[in-house]
Amino acid sequence: MPHDPFQRVLDAHADDVLRFLVAALGRHDADDAFQETFIAALRAYPRLRRDSDVRAWLFTIAHRKAIDVHRGRARRPVPVESLEDRAAPSTPDGGLDGHWARVRALPERQRAVLTLRYAVDLSHAEIARVLACSEAASRRAAADGLARLREEVTA
Amino acid sequence: MTELRPPVVDAAVLAARFAARAAESGDADVAYTVIDTPAGRLVAAQTPAGLVRLAYEDLNGSVDRVLESLARRLSPRIVEAPARLDDARRELDEYFAGRRRDFDLPIDWSLATPFARRVLQATAAIPFGETSTYAQIAAAAGSPKGARPTGNALGSNPIPIVVPCHRVMATGGGLGGYTGGLSRKQLLLGIEGVRLG
Repeated sequence: MPHDPFQRVLDAHADDVLRFLVAALGRHDADDAFQETFIAALRAYPRLRRDSDVRAWLFTIAHRKAIDVHRGRARRPVPVESLEDRAAPSTPDGGLDGHWARVRALPERQRAVLTLRYAVDLSHAEIARVLACSEAASRRAAADGLARLREEVTA
Repeated sequence: MTELRPPVVDAAVLAARFAARAAESGDADVAYTVIDTPAGRLVAAQTPAGLVRLAYEDLNGSVDRVLESLARRLSPRIVEAPARLDDARRELDEYFAGRRRDFDLPIDWSLATPFARRVLQATAAIPFGETSTYAQIAAAAGSPKGARPTGNALGSNPIPIVVPCHRVMATGGGLGGYTGGLSRKQLLLGIEGVRLG
């Protein structure tokens, strides 16, 4: 079977990719990461195997873009994100971004798993494909991440 | 952790911005839009080389069917980028309003075989308001087999209206066929002031 027109991939997944990036990076950086994710996907699209899981493939790219931004921030002297988080209650989803801000402070694997699981509802099987890890590792990272968030709440 | 709820988003504006940029930069091989005309809805597709397809939506099944065919025959890197087709939209509007006789749009002939391309280029030379015949076009295109292959090439014209296959009539003086249906052929010839016997 030939590839679908790329527009169909965009229509089907744009909202979920943006949801993932907003949770992973905050609204400010999500817009640029969205553009970079889809331009990278468009360029690579003809090389995608026809029997591939398009959704998992797309989130693999989005996940890599999110990591790039996180690593870029780590090198930056001023913690931009903390400034942005103070403005979070004015975003359309109210104060909810505060929780995602705490997820963003978790170690890389836990952060990625929780974001893919709870922002875009990927199954652990799908997350395992995106992160190239086992399903068990995905479940473990989710459990560890959630435990850590609870500790922070009760601390 | 029920607090970890999906962020509320609407990606429509960002997605449209992405598609427009990808078409502009050439990362997308094909930009398309749908254009409403008195002859019906047209799926218009453009490559960096020019207009490559103008498809009557109803006669090709649906917009999706047209795009699937383009994905198969040209490239799957297809995005909806209406601004890239502003010139085509404007020229078609002017044509249907009786304010334009010739199209100035660059043409990408990728969807035509070398023979069909000769036929269609001969057809493109027929002036506004005039007609030719299959036999004359066949001769102009250097078709050794006469009018039938020429008729087939015209029937699969990827860019009707702009490449005016509606100006080609049956050799005996009849209306002949049309890739968009005969009522459209009559509509287009009527716009051009051609009197039909």
